[in-house]
Amino acid sequence: MSSLRTRIIPVLLLRGESLVKTTRFGKFTYVGDPCNTVRIFNELEVDELLFLDITATPEGRGPNLPLLADIASECFMPLGYGGGIRSLDDAKSVFDIGFEKVAVNSASLVQPRLLTDIAQTYGSQAVIASVDVKTNVFGKPSVRIEAGRRNTDRDPVLWAVEMERRGAGELLLTSIDREGSWNGFDLGLIRSVADAVSVPVIAHGGAGSIGHIGEAVHCGRASAVALGSMVVFQKKGMGVLVNFPDARELHATLEGR
Amino acid sequence: MTTIVDYGMGNLGSLVNMLRRVGVKAVVESNPSAISSATKLILPGVGAFDAAMQRINGVPGLREVLDRKAIEERTPILGVCLGMQLLTNSSEEGQLGGLGWIAGTARRFPRDGRLKVPHMGWNIAHPGLPSPLTAGVGLEPRYYFVHSYYVLVDEPAHSLMRSEYGVQFDAAIARDNVFGVQFHPEKSHRFGMQILANFAAL
Repeated sequence: MSSLRTRIIPVLLLRGESLVKTTRFGKFTYVGDPCNTVRIFNELEVDELLFLDITATPEGRGPNLPLLADIASECFMPLGYGGGIRSLDDAKSVFDIGFEKVAVNSASLVQPRLLTDIAQTYGSQAVIASVDVKTNVFGKPSVRIEAGRRNTDRDPVLWAVEMERRGAGELLLTSIDREGSWNGFDLGLIRSVADAVSVPVIAHGGAGSIGHIGEAVHCGRASAVALGSMVVFQKKGMGVLVNFPDARELHATLEGR
Repeated sequence: MTTIVDYGMGNLGSLVNMLRRVGVKAVVESNPSAISSATKLILPGVGAFDAAMQRINGVPGLREVLDRKAIEERTPILGVCLGMQLLTNSSEEGQLGGLGWIAGTARRFPRDGRLKVPHMGWNIAHPGLPSPLTAGVGLEPRYYFVHSYYVLVDEPAHSLMRSEYGVQFDAAIARDNVFGVQFHPEKSHRFGMQILANFAAL
């Protein structure tokens, strides 16, 4: 076996200059100032941070580079960014600031080459394909883009396989139905994708407890787990508190040590 | 001046950020004559072995300056990630020779489906032989790794830290004034900060 730790990644949502948390991609709750929050996560020595600018694509703009530069100067951990990455130049400017991963979502539909171009220039390990999934009233899951607003009618498993083929080094798999719910992950969705690809799958959407995180890894076969509400709120329905699960308890659950 | 060698491969912003945090003013340089006046050198690198060596060999005068700094002037040099692999003789990833300052090779992680490649995430590096580079890191420091090839040095005396991912490999290496770390100290919280502060204090 290996002593590699399962990565537990806070996902922080940028809306303008603020951090917010959403529920099912709507109902924005203000969480705080990005730089202050990042400083706390830095002190908590979290494994990795992923920032998603959820208004970049809907507003038709690229990354907010001055804000990202401020964040990077405070952070001594791996950093990922997604939101409005539409060109190799967008990716380059984010890498130059000191982020090592970019997540591509909406642009993958209209620019099939983009993910491949970034992977060929910076390596697959620098590219996350972000896949947002919503289930319709008949229980059929499909891939959504543009911050969940547009249904592509694509099957999540086939789309994930396609993203790997294009060069994604990992997949951020988000269940829109579970996002912000604290009700646990969509284990069937995670498992179906994780079994179909060989790159790491980051499970996102639904975490409410350390037990849920364990399920995503052990039942869903996720390689890493992304946390939203759990790391910015005290408890479900309660106020903002930037926090991180107890590392000992977490890794006892995940790796049994 | 601590100089980060910019040969077009690697994430330099985060190295500058962390060096600033430990109180070291570092400059990023691609010009061999500027690099030749450095008091310390950091050789970063993300990407493919041959692509990196082609770039280093391709800038007129760069390879000569680096060899002179490493071997004759004995300037402290720290290779990071791919930059550490370049310090060795060769890699299974490519055909070109490495800088050859520390005898060893980079090998491919087995792709038998048991473990995902690249080795990506936080892993423990076990300190072995004492070295000023690893002073004060504690018993089980953890670092952030991203790599698909791992280094084994020929001489056990050149291995400073070892890690395990399916195979045992050298996570930090050194020979005289030349040091290398496979992980990213600039992305490894206080564990990495200690390494960069130690390097800065050499």
